[in-house]
Amino acid sequence: MTAAARPTPPSQPTRVPAPPTPADAPTASALVDTMIMVKRQLVHGLRYPVFFYIVGMPLVLLLLFTYVFGGTLGRGIGGDSGDYLDYLLPGLLVLTLAGGMQLTALSVSQDMNEGIVSRFRSMPISRGSVLAGHVIGNGIQQFLAVIVVLLVGVALGFRPTATGIDYLALAGFVLVLLVALGWLAVAMGVQAKSVEAASNLPMIVVMFPFMGSGFVPTDSMPEWMQVFAEVQPFTPFIETVRGLLMGTEIGPDWWVSLLWCAGLAALGYVWARLKYEHRTAR
Amino acid sequence: MSELAIHTNGLSKSFKAKQVLSGVDLRIPPGEVFALLGPNGAGKTTTVNILSTLSRPDAGTARVFGHDVVGEAARVRELIGVTGQFSAVDGLLTGRENLAMMAAFTHIPKPEQQARVDELLERFDLAEAGTKVASTYSGGMRRRLDLAMTLIARPRLVFLDEPTTGLDPRSRRTMWDIVDELVGDGVSIFLTTQYLEEADALADRIAMLDNGGIVAEGTPAELKRQMPGGHVRLEFATADDLDRARLLWSDAGAEAAELSLDVPGDGSVDHIRQLLTRLEGEGIEPRHLSIETPSLDDVFFALTGHRPETTPDIETAAGGTAPTDKEIAR
Repeated sequence: MTAAARPTPPSQPTRVPAPPTPADAPTASALVDTMIMVKRQLVHGLRYPVFFYIVGMPLVLLLLFTYVFGGTLGRGIGGDSGDYLDYLLPGLLVLTLAGGMQLTALSVSQDMNEGIVSRFRSMPISRGSVLAGHVIGNGIQQFLAVIVVLLVGVALGFRPTATGIDYLALAGFVLVLLVALGWLAVAMGVQAKSVEAASNLPMIVVMFPFMGSGFVPTDSMPEWMQVFAEVQPFTPFIETVRGLLMGTEIGPDWWVSLLWCAGLAALGYVWARLKYEHRTAR
Repeated sequence: MSELAIHTNGLSKSFKAKQVLSGVDLRIPPGEVFALLGPNGAGKTTTVNILSTLSRPDAGTARVFGHDVVGEAARVRELIGVTGQFSAVDGLLTGRENLAMMAAFTHIPKPEQQARVDELLERFDLAEAGTKVASTYSGGMRRRLDLAMTLIARPRLVFLDEPTTGLDPRSRRTMWDIVDELVGDGVSIFLTTQYLEEADALADRIAMLDNGGIVAEGTPAELKRQMPGGHVRLEFATADDLDRARLLWSDAGAEAAELSLDVPGDGSVDHIRQLLTRLEGEGIEPRHLSIETPSLDDVFFALTGHRPETTPDIETAAGGTAPTDKEIAR
């Protein structure tokens, strides 16, 4: 019998490592762990370029709404297709972020449905780093996607009135949106039982810019729709972006947006963390 | 450290209405290879999940090197490594990148991380494949990478949940060799398997799990001894010796063609001494003597009324499997 033939193992293992001491600097260690996960997401992004999907949908819509619907819609807002492009682009930037949620949810769900998350969960990794890695890693790609959509818009004739400070404020606002929507997307990905479900859940969110002020002014809608369009978060999001880019009246939309973001981020974070801890390993 | 590597008391867990574990008690000293043997759905993976902090028990306690798996989960995670039943490698990263990621989580200095990665790539025969993405690996390579990732942080206790399920015989043999090496390093191993040969070949001690409860526990030899049907096989030089010997034991089974006689008994020292004394009294000198114990398969069947899976594609690893019952008494 092998068991009998084997020498008795030493009761004191000889290669015990010095016990790691994450308690010394929990924040620093969480940061290191998060950066490892971000790096992983970025390598994934290079090997499996979801970036093109993130940027593809808004670009197709941009071309469609500029060159196909733009003439008619432009007359609707009292101008031409060039005026419509100016109206459309801010909404498309927000739509880019909403569409990105789908891919964040997808990448989280893929992880959850493979053994790798069980491995991470059984390791002394700072709690939350795994999910934060998805938020940041996908966020970086979405931020780049927003820049690409903006530049293509400019190439097609989009003429923003924004100045340096406005762009800085816009960048900051996009980052806030990325964190809020990112955590929400992560929560959806952790929640989804399958990868298919994970890509469907955020689809609902993608519809919100259409049912707000993204593509047409809300006052052209029937009254009940207007009510919905005005109370849902994407209208203030879009109006804030539009205000920053085109100099239109922002009013209370910026702080309403920030409140929404704080709420959505908190909801997404808590939901994702709870579900992540309690979801039974495969 | 004198604490047990694993110590559980009344570990219970159910999913919805189904009771998966009902009162599992384990005491596993450090440095031991412990196998949890049972058929699919017996509760093996649930046990591993609880012990590796992935899920919580409904009742009972579990400690790993003295640390509670629920209350001190973070401490437990520093001491363990888990290679689950499902491949836990990142298919989009190369083998080397997978290991480097694991090494980075140890927060040791970069050069040491690098050295550790190189060492494990070499040891697991992945140095060449290290530059390819893991999704292109064969089953055996993935499993080796998986285990290498588990070992990066030098865990003191390694969980291997069905480490060879679905592997070809050669890869399985490689995994067995790796486990043997780990034991040499003083690592404690908690192994689950549905394969009797595997438990027999690797484990110092085996617990048989069936329907969420431990039905038997002991060394492979002890378990086999629990089983009625063990015997001592005597072989003789002449037919005359055989004929005289068979008169000594009325319950013995003779095989004339092989000049052998199977005498029922547990094969203990006492039993053999008694047996030889009796033969000596008759002046018979057996040419050969062997102790035949029943297989773990027989033990499992005797205890549970059904058989766990066996692997037809792998040769019997230990010599103890019996050619027995059918041949006796014919």
